[in-house]
Amino acid sequence: MTAVYKHRLFWPIVSLITLIAINAIARPQFIKITMRDGELYGPLISILRESAPLMLVALGMTIVIATRGIDLSVGATMAVSGAVALTIIDGSGDPGNLGTVLTACVVALLVSLVLGAWNGFLVSVVGIQPIIATLVLMLAGRGVALLITGGFITTVNSEPFAFIASGYLVALPFAFLIGVVAIVVMSLVERRTALGVLTEAVGINPEASRLAGVRSRSIIWGAYMVSGVLAGVAGLIYASNIRAADANAAGVFIELYAILAVVLGGTSLNGGKFSIAGTVVGVLIIQTLESSILFLGVSSAQSPVFFGFVVALVVVVQSPRMREGLAALSGRMRSRGPGARNDDKVEVA
Amino acid sequence: MNADTDVPPIVEMRGITIRFPGVLALDNVDFTLRPGEIHSLMGENGAGKSTLIKALTGVYAIDSGSISIVGERQTFSTAADAQDAGISTVYQEVNLCANLSVGENVMLGHEKRRSTGIDWKATHSEAARHLASLGLTLDTRSILASHSIAIQQLVAISRAMVLDAKVLILDEPTSSLDRGEVEQLFGIMRDLRDKGVAILFVSHFLDQVYEISDRITVLRNGALVGEHPIAELPRDALVTKMIGRELEDLASIASTSHRDIDRTGTPVVKATGLGKRGVLEPADLEIYEGEVVGIAGLLGSGRTELVRLLYGADRADEGTVEVHGRHVRLHQPRQAIEHRISLSSENRREEGVVADLTVAENIVLGMQARQGWLRKIPKKDQDAVVQEYIEALGVRPANPNALVGNLSGGNQQKVLLARWLATAPELLVLDEPTRGIDVGAKADIQRKVAELSAQGLSVIFISSELEEVLRMAQRVVVLRDRKKIGELEAATTDLDDLIDYIANAGEGSAA
Repeated sequence: MTAVYKHRLFWPIVSLITLIAINAIARPQFIKITMRDGELYGPLISILRESAPLMLVALGMTIVIATRGIDLSVGATMAVSGAVALTIIDGSGDPGNLGTVLTACVVALLVSLVLGAWNGFLVSVVGIQPIIATLVLMLAGRGVALLITGGFITTVNSEPFAFIASGYLVALPFAFLIGVVAIVVMSLVERRTALGVLTEAVGINPEASRLAGVRSRSIIWGAYMVSGVLAGVAGLIYASNIRAADANAAGVFIELYAILAVVLGGTSLNGGKFSIAGTVVGVLIIQTLESSILFLGVSSAQSPVFFGFVVALVVVVQSPRMREGLAALSGRMRSRGPGARNDDKVEVA
Repeated sequence: MNADTDVPPIVEMRGITIRFPGVLALDNVDFTLRPGEIHSLMGENGAGKSTLIKALTGVYAIDSGSISIVGERQTFSTAADAQDAGISTVYQEVNLCANLSVGENVMLGHEKRRSTGIDWKATHSEAARHLASLGLTLDTRSILASHSIAIQQLVAISRAMVLDAKVLILDEPTSSLDRGEVEQLFGIMRDLRDKGVAILFVSHFLDQVYEISDRITVLRNGALVGEHPIAELPRDALVTKMIGRELEDLASIASTSHRDIDRTGTPVVKATGLGKRGVLEPADLEIYEGEVVGIAGLLGSGRTELVRLLYGADRADEGTVEVHGRHVRLHQPRQAIEHRISLSSENRREEGVVADLTVAENIVLGMQARQGWLRKIPKKDQDAVVQEYIEALGVRPANPNALVGNLSGGNQQKVLLARWLATAPELLVLDEPTRGIDVGAKADIQRKVAELSAQGLSVIFISSELEEVLRMAQRVVVLRDRKKIGELEAATTDLDDLIDYIANAGEGSAA
């Protein structure tokens, strides 16, 4: 019984459920899901669809944070990725061609990989502090994106490209499915191989890990490359959604939301132990909150304050001190009678 | 010896129990400290000494039991609470602000004030007065870090006096002090005792415990074994109580160690002219199959530097290394591991264990690193290896899922030894594997190393304890001032010879 309360995902999940419940009580249609032409619609489905870019970025951020690092350049990488893809599609003369779109996406992801590799090089080889190393690209990246698009917002009308953000596959939004694939692949790679535990070892004690023969440098370098590619995919989804490459607006502040999602999911900024499942829940909390603001009709002037207030609340509820207090309280209540059992299948990773 | 049982106790701990995940660290332990006594807390690593101290100083919350200070029941939830109750602690690693001045450290939080702010002149003279009462004359404006560890500890004690401590806890204060510094510390401890301060002393050095203590409390495996006045507890009885069995004669290890090694073939590892500017003058080293080579020398003589260059932990800028006669490049630890060379660092906390991972994960780390991340060692094989080494080395608690950070130093050392043995090395380099651990764990580790070397493992054994080096090794390499000065056969060398060699060899015609 106590194991459920002490599970590190208990409070994040409680926060998420509470958020959804509040919305559902305020306006019951929030949890309504309808099927139209074999495709699912509804506010919850929209949340899943819209969460995709943040999900991808936050997954990469989780791995980087596990190595004791941080990647501030993900938003800029998104902008570059979108700029590359749209410039190629726009210049091809046949924007509707699937082959053209695929080529554009692959090139955009390769460029994102290079950006991630650059960050990883600065951190793992040159030894620059991660926050500074990635700040370079955070500041310069949008400039690079503007150079690629020639300073304009490149727009395209391409059916295959638009499909990335707004298409459906097996009744679910394609963007959401991209996120799911990323979650599953990351979980499998981290847990079925030894990469997860080696990453944690490097994050907890880099020197001991190096002396134990762990390829610390490659692991750290790889983490930034993964983060770069995932940010690149996020950039494609973003660009597809607005059918344009907007270097100044793509992924603005997403690095901070991603860090928030990772922390909400219970991964410490000190590195080491990380939780993919936790990050997924963290992303869903943030995205649900964003949607709630629209859904509950909070005015745009008030929304940042509302957002900040709820985040503060969630963080406080999850703090160790609050947890101890609540655990003690629930322990007292439990001794009087049987409590409800929470199912424990939250562990994705 | 002015501590009588009828003096009302200043600290009374009753039925203290503390649990960590997977570990029962203290099990219903009683402890009593009386004013004007020096009371030693003895036990092996993992016996619960540090945990008991941390319970008393408010660092750990107790799960059950009670703590009374001067007859008043106390619940400490922070270290500050304990300090307010008059309990001060001086740790082995001095917990002061190294970048502040001596005077600022002594008076921190108790600076002399006047209307315009802190009166630094008065503060420093007050600090000087406190230091003088301990017989110390220091420039109170000098930076703390510029003084030796010994002086820093004495400064920490003066700080405790400023806080008007009734109870002073000294946790391994002497482990990095030389003989003269220990005498100075003991003089101060006796003065404070005579002024009525209760002192709790922890040390691994039996001589020091018998020299200074009035009373001894012995813990074993988290439980109380007994409390005795020093006069009623002879040394052999103390050791027996600490380890819970008769101490096996370490000489038996020596007899297995001192065997003939065949040095005619190709050495397992041969280093030629291995050196790095400013770190170590080029040195040669050969290790044959089944041989234990001891490295002796003072702290800073280049012992650690030599093996770090060999292992690739630091990159040598000259010299070559051969493994079984073939030239190899060892620029990274993992290259050394690929050639079946393993090194257990002297710095177990920073360079050894990964504290937030479990015992099992720490043991498997070396094997897994060698396999690469793609080929994860199957869970079943991991469990088998982990179980085997936990049993073979007697890791306590024998729980593979306990976090290594929660284990005692000696058990962490065993976990590290397990990590390296699991990689099946041909050459195992052990840098101070027995430092800061007690007789029992030390004997376990020495016995295991002797056993493995008899089976063909080559070992480089570094220790500050020269008796241990002579007992374990067949050949001893001696370094001084970052330079190899010679080699000795252990069987024909006694302790005095070795000390004389370390001090004098090479000065003139010798060696």
